[in-house]
Amino acid sequence: MGYIPSESYEHVARAFSLSVAEVHGVVSFYHDFRTTPAPPRAVQICCSEACQAVGSRELESAAGQVLGVEFGEVHPSQAFRLERVYCLGNCACGPSIRIGDDVHGRVDSARLSELVSQVTTL
Amino acid sequence: MGLIAEIPWLSNQTRVTFKRCGEGAPTDLKNYQRLGGYEGLKNALGLSSQAIVDEIKASGLRGRGGAAFPTGIKWQTVLDTDSDQKYIVCNADEGDSGTFADRLLMEGDPYQLIEGMTIAGVAVGATQGYIYLRSEYPRAQQMLEQAIDAAHAAGLLGQNILESTCSFDLEVRMGAGSYICGEETALLNSLEGKRGVVRAKPPLPAIEGLFGQPTVVNNVLTLASVTAILADGGADYAHYGVNRSKGTIPLQLAGNVKNGGLIEVPFGASLRSVIDEWGGGTRSGRPVRAVQIGGPLGAYLSNEQLDVTVDYEALAAAGGMLGHGGIVVFDDTVDMAKQAHFAMDFCAKESCGKCTPCRIGAVRGREVLDRVCESGATEDDLILLMDLCDTMEQASLCAMGGLTPLPVKSAVNNFPEDFDVAPENSEVAV
Repeated sequence: MGYIPSESYEHVARAFSLSVAEVHGVVSFYHDFRTTPAPPRAVQICCSEACQAVGSRELESAAGQVLGVEFGEVHPSQAFRLERVYCLGNCACGPSIRIGDDVHGRVDSARLSELVSQVTTL
Repeated sequence: MGLIAEIPWLSNQTRVTFKRCGEGAPTDLKNYQRLGGYEGLKNALGLSSQAIVDEIKASGLRGRGGAAFPTGIKWQTVLDTDSDQKYIVCNADEGDSGTFADRLLMEGDPYQLIEGMTIAGVAVGATQGYIYLRSEYPRAQQMLEQAIDAAHAAGLLGQNILESTCSFDLEVRMGAGSYICGEETALLNSLEGKRGVVRAKPPLPAIEGLFGQPTVVNNVLTLASVTAILADGGADYAHYGVNRSKGTIPLQLAGNVKNGGLIEVPFGASLRSVIDEWGGGTRSGRPVRAVQIGGPLGAYLSNEQLDVTVDYEALAAAGGMLGHGGIVVFDDTVDMAKQAHFAMDFCAKESCGKCTPCRIGAVRGREVLDRVCESGATEDDLILLMDLCDTMEQASLCAMGGLTPLPVKSAVNNFPEDFDVAPENSEVAV
């Protein structure tokens, strides 16, 4: 399904002999777990220090306008969701972004737009 | 690209842990063995458990994840603790910004990690291993899983490894985007399917770790180094390095640097030479102003402070921390108040919430720095910020709350001009 709806907590709790509170605790703790449907593909922009040193703060503030979607939201085309990420391990070639399983380095806002348009119709 | 021996960037390094990277397809088991792979495990299988642990002790190897705890002593504790089930856990939750050595090792030479973990299992009597890998590294997951399957098929994992009486199984478990799960006790909770909340120590994981059993928790590079130590001997490894920092350290040069990347050198190298000679200065061509070493919890050093050797104790004496070996360079356009704000903001977002100094302290710290970034500092703001830092440093349960003050305080102390009390905020002016 790609997400864990809150209606399913009771079933999960029963299967693992846990309380519903414990299930909610785990789901709400991790950034990767979602409780609502979302497209499987994420566009992640690295906002960590190594990327900040080469312009990721500017990329981060331009991303919303360039891609037409805010962080944490799904693009109107339903093609991807936009997320911040804290380090993709590509720190010598920042600013880095990840689209699906692919990591791209030295990304500015023009290249961000170009890369994202390759995987979707903006 | 040409032969490794003909590329000065590579041939000038002292590659012990990364010696096979780039010498063939990473998941080709035959190639790994042709390049000396699995010699360490063969030697280990001919030794007693105690003799393996003694070899690690003789190497002087210390935990490469950042805490630099002597690996041999950790293994000895697990070996000496009686239990029917023990575990080897590899901490591959490389969340620190500016670090990528674990990723390169797992993607470039996955068998070395598998062999290192198997040696650890043979040494302490553990039969099950887990690699806790962060979800941001999907390529590393693919490489490791392919390599684990091939090692199983070749009798290098599973029952009776290399026809010995030893058995060892290995699984990759993926994290779910939580930074604090790189802290070893939070990692163990996460592996058990729980919230990644830090556990109080004691009990040490070596005595009561995964599922309450004695557990070796080591970083990727620590476990990978073990293969070279068992292949060539602890004394051979210990002849690299200086003082109490033995062996080689894969440094990761990142951020605003012309030639970034991984540089494996013996401990004792000069930090300035790494940045200037290997790195070639900044990518922007502007002067270096600040360097953050050791990830988001590491200190910001000024350009004048870079004449220090790469050595755990020397860096600590200089007010810094080597951590996992990440070096992030900033040019003179950096605003250190913003960097300090980011450190508190990151801690507020990623704190596990178990202890009050970290959970509340980071939020209050971020609020103070919100004001500083918006309208300049007041004297009261800086006093309050230092007070919060002291509380977090001394009263937090783990290194996240305890070390977040390091980047904040070093930014304020080493770059006071970015925290100048604005004249209109000064009491004297009023």
